[in-house]
Amino acid sequence: MKPASKQAKRKQDHKRQRQPGLLTRTGSYFVRHAQTLIYSLGQLLRAPFAMLMTAAVIGIALALPTGLHVLLKNAELLSGEIDGATQISLFLKRGASESQAQQLAARLRKMPEIGKVRFISKQDALKEFKQNAGFTEAMQALDENPLPHVIVIHPSTRHTSEQTMQKLLARLQGMLHVDVAQLDEEWIKRLYTIMDFIKRGVWILASMLALAVLLVVGNTIRLAIQNRRDEIVVIKLIGGTDAFIRRPFLYTGFWYGLFGALIAFVLITVTLFLLNEPIERLARLYHSDVLLSSLDAQSSLLLFVGGILLGLAGSWLAVGRHLRDIEPR
Amino acid sequence: MIHFSNASKRYASGQDALLNVSFKVEQGDMAFITGHSGAGKSTLLKLIALLERPSRGQVVVNGQNLARVKRRQIPYFRRDIGIIFQDHQLLFDRTVFDNVALPLVIAGHPHAEISRRVRAALDKVGLLKKEKHTPITLSGGEQQRVGIARAVVHKPPLLLADEPTGNLDPELSWDIMQIFNDFAQVGVTVLVASHDLELISRMQRRQLILKNGQLVEGNPAQ
Repeated sequence: MKPASKQAKRKQDHKRQRQPGLLTRTGSYFVRHAQTLIYSLGQLLRAPFAMLMTAAVIGIALALPTGLHVLLKNAELLSGEIDGATQISLFLKRGASESQAQQLAARLRKMPEIGKVRFISKQDALKEFKQNAGFTEAMQALDENPLPHVIVIHPSTRHTSEQTMQKLLARLQGMLHVDVAQLDEEWIKRLYTIMDFIKRGVWILASMLALAVLLVVGNTIRLAIQNRRDEIVVIKLIGGTDAFIRRPFLYTGFWYGLFGALIAFVLITVTLFLLNEPIERLARLYHSDVLLSSLDAQSSLLLFVGGILLGLAGSWLAVGRHLRDIEPR
Repeated sequence: MIHFSNASKRYASGQDALLNVSFKVEQGDMAFITGHSGAGKSTLLKLIALLERPSRGQVVVNGQNLARVKRRQIPYFRRDIGIIFQDHQLLFDRTVFDNVALPLVIAGHPHAEISRRVRAALDKVGLLKKEKHTPITLSGGEQQRVGIARAVVHKPPLLLADEPTGNLDPELSWDIMQIFNDFAQVGVTVLVASHDLELISRMQRRQLILKNGQLVEGNPAQ
């Protein structure tokens, strides 16, 4: 190698030493992120009690709307069970015998406006009543069965408009042995309205609690920034970019969000475990086995992603507001 | 390397810290800024490191007109400067090694290179054996040398020192000046603010003397 080119090479080497190449820079970029992630976790674990307190506050704030969401989802599943849309209950007169009732049911089955007919004899109704509702003793005190025969009718799907329903109802009302024909539509409508109402309430509550999480994380990060003021000044003095300074705080927010979500997950799981028995009883009452007794995958994902995003957003706000104020003097 | 033309700095309080200061320091030169306290030594260094901006006049460092360096670019600009402080500005929650490594970590150097260069810098200031100590366990002179190692580890072409020997005894001060001398010898521009007149005269280097914010000696405006 000629001396001149050697010198040129040395110059190049020197340059490379001062400024790392693109490849090593991108490589070490990810390594640095991973290091900062672990480093910020280590910083948090240095004061595990303080960290746990903050994470618990976040966890409770996250658990509330998530828990309500689970309850709501259960209610939706239940109403889905009932949802054969409209149904008409025919309560027969006390004097009607079972065979008369059966005959009526058979006649109804032949009507084109009617899709499904279910006959519940008063004995069956009594049995079901005793089993489920816990009225056993009260029922036993009665001499005779107070319940009438009931025929439950689901109109065929082609005849569910408001008008035809009213017409059908009037016709059924006029039939022999029928005491009352009751359209069980109102209460489903009411149920849906109530659920809409609750759903909106849960969203509002969730938004407010999300804001609370944001503020809790933001305030915690603000304190962390103040505690490390000297360090930030030094890093700014020797050429650290805002992004470099921001990074550990953002990851701290990430960890708070993650731990908060984890605590919320545990809280909800324990709560659902405690509620498991009544939930199962409720499910049996509604002849359903689809009720949630734990957080489903989608809700869990939402909880964790939401928690982490809130943690990041909270620290982002704090960092954006307070890092600029710290300048070396 | 450093070129001040009619630079002035007036603080918000109305006090003139620097008034019409003009001078030039060439690459590889070593110069002292002296003067009574409050004469503007620190302000002059702050203008070079972009810790402050001049109220009037122009400052050019390393070929860059500092008026054109935007806030976002300041970190990258500072990476070409090594700064040494009287109070060291070390981080006490990490080891000597990690303190010195900080400029390289910030610039995103790979791990192996960081180790090599940090050890080289610590070797240069004679503290290689103390790399695992925390700064709090070191003496004042040792802490100052950690500060120097951190300022030079990324091989900046310009070294600024603000009262680097302020709290040290004469012998330690002399040692530290010799380290600066060595850097100047290999082409680093060194600017030292100090009021230790005896030490400065022994160094036999150029002096920029400030008085009430004005340059009274040191061949101004070449």
